[in-house]
Amino acid sequence: MPREEIKPWLRTRFFPHIWCPGCGHGIILHAILRSLVDLGKTREETVIASGIGCSSRMPGYINANTVHTTHGRSLAFATGIKLAKPELTVIDVMGDGDCTAIGGNHFIHACRRNIDITAIVMNNNIYGITGGQASPTTPVGARATTAPYGAIDTPFDICRLAEGAGASYVARATIAQPVLCEQYIKKAIQKKGFSVVEIITHCHTQFGRKNKRPNPVDNLIFFKENSIPKAKAKEMTEEEKKGKIVIGEFVDREGLEYTEAYLKLIERVRG
Amino acid sequence: MPKKLAFWQGNMAVAMGGIAAGCRFFGGYPITPSSEIAEVMAEELPKINGRFIQMEDEIGGIAATIGASIAGYKAMTATSGPGFSLKQENLGLAYMAEIPIVVIDVMRGGPSTGLPTRVSQQDVMQARWGTHGDHGTIAYAPSSVQECFELTIDAFNMAERFRQPVLVMSDEVIGHMREKVVIPEPGSYPIVDRKRPKVSPEEFVPYLADPADDVPAMASFGDGYRWHVTGLTHNDYGFPTNEPEEIGKKHLRLVRKVERFRDEIVKYDLEQTEGAEILVVSYGCVARSAVRAVREARAKGIRVGHFRPITLWPFPDKELIQAAGQAKKVIVPELNCGQMISEVKIALGCKAEIIPSNLVNGEILRPHEILATIEEVA
Repeated sequence: MPREEIKPWLRTRFFPHIWCPGCGHGIILHAILRSLVDLGKTREETVIASGIGCSSRMPGYINANTVHTTHGRSLAFATGIKLAKPELTVIDVMGDGDCTAIGGNHFIHACRRNIDITAIVMNNNIYGITGGQASPTTPVGARATTAPYGAIDTPFDICRLAEGAGASYVARATIAQPVLCEQYIKKAIQKKGFSVVEIITHCHTQFGRKNKRPNPVDNLIFFKENSIPKAKAKEMTEEEKKGKIVIGEFVDREGLEYTEAYLKLIERVRG
Repeated sequence: MPKKLAFWQGNMAVAMGGIAAGCRFFGGYPITPSSEIAEVMAEELPKINGRFIQMEDEIGGIAATIGASIAGYKAMTATSGPGFSLKQENLGLAYMAEIPIVVIDVMRGGPSTGLPTRVSQQDVMQARWGTHGDHGTIAYAPSSVQECFELTIDAFNMAERFRQPVLVMSDEVIGHMREKVVIPEPGSYPIVDRKRPKVSPEEFVPYLADPADDVPAMASFGDGYRWHVTGLTHNDYGFPTNEPEEIGKKHLRLVRKVERFRDEIVKYDLEQTEGAEILVVSYGCVARSAVRAVREARAKGIRVGHFRPITLWPFPDKELIQAAGQAKKVIVPELNCGQMISEVKIALGCKAEIIPSNLVNGEILRPHEILATIEEVA
């Protein structure tokens, strides 16, 4: 059950939510809300944006300024909101397909622009809402409705993609580490610049059924057994790291933030 | 007081008209022949504490524009041909979520990459039906640089009033042509701002429309009202619905809010239509040639008039019927293979012979060419 101070952040009017029983998205929603409450953010100053997918239904359940946009485009909408009102705290919640397939271009450019938005990428390695099609993070060999013989294309490493594209803060955890999720989300929100928290979660309904992890608990156990901290991963060979989930903070750097740079430009132009 | 004059190209006038209307946000992407609009905005907006952003693609350009409008800004984007195609999905979101924005389309030849530097009028139907699903459309077609300025102000006023996207369908000739503009004094023209909620945040129902105009009041992100924006069909609370009653209510209101006020939106222009036996119907850059052709034909004693839809959508059908009077022949010159002619046929089909005159080779229709058509049918 959520803490008392979290309840006003939920739009219970819109419950029941659409997620399957046992879905990991609820754990992530809770971690986001705990982070916002603990950081002293108000609902009025908070914007939650999303695109299309199971994860993208999350803003509807949050009692803040929420916008559920088109598939893959939420970061571009969020960019407009943030540039218009830099004083707002803007969080963008995305799934793996939303973020890295149809929205890949907006994702890398939001990283490059280093605009002060926090992207929470819920990576369950599948398109869940449309019926279990392969996504750009479906592991090689994993089965999906559009990869009935197993995926053959190399998946994206979302954190490395964000790092290469210029994000200021990049971290990864799984839903089996909810406290770590919360810790990373808090740091990401506080970071002045573009931050990415990739949270590995599961879709037992669509991915699990086809890949021998059909129950939520199987997935949580899988995440616990296969998560390895960044420091430990450094000592492992590529072969040893195969199938493992490297968790930790990968980027934590200071850079020129876009809206600050734009406001400075206005000052310079206006003299 | 002396009039303030300028010598601008159409694209410059569109940008300055937007600023005059209160536009303080522009999200765009470079594309010929509309890029000058973005360039002017990049230069002018920071001077007035506005915001310009060059996005990573056309889709991002309109998305950022919609985002800024949700945050309370008057916002616009500009594009052409392929870019207008790319913007269609998010244009639909703005219709569905009822977010006011202005989109400028400087028409060039298509399909596909087509003719980036040459004129066409091939996006007329895309303006009406380009995005999937029903909605009311408001689209202006300027015929002069002066109109680029004035109609962009109108576009913002209508966008704010009806809470939806409004289109300015310029074309390559109008966009790049330079001519005199008389700049009106600020305060001498009406400026419309979106209706704000009159109730407290607790009582606010974001999509509860006022029966008087079918338009709900709009809060901005950050002003204390918390609300949900979605492209899914939603109920008055802004939340997705599968209830047939709620779906129908929302859907019909999106169309009705424009249809109800059609008479206040529609704009058109007449040239010597009294007693005309032949009527020429054209818009945008073609109307400039057509009006001259009509004047020359009148001088030769041919009873011909000209009707110019200024709003392509809603199409001024009643006004066209009135203007056509007893005319038995109606010529519709267009820089496409016949798009607006369908609307003319719907309005006048049984009463007159409708004669197409199309040019799709990237050139403009010249006055003598239209005059030749008039003389041919006279």
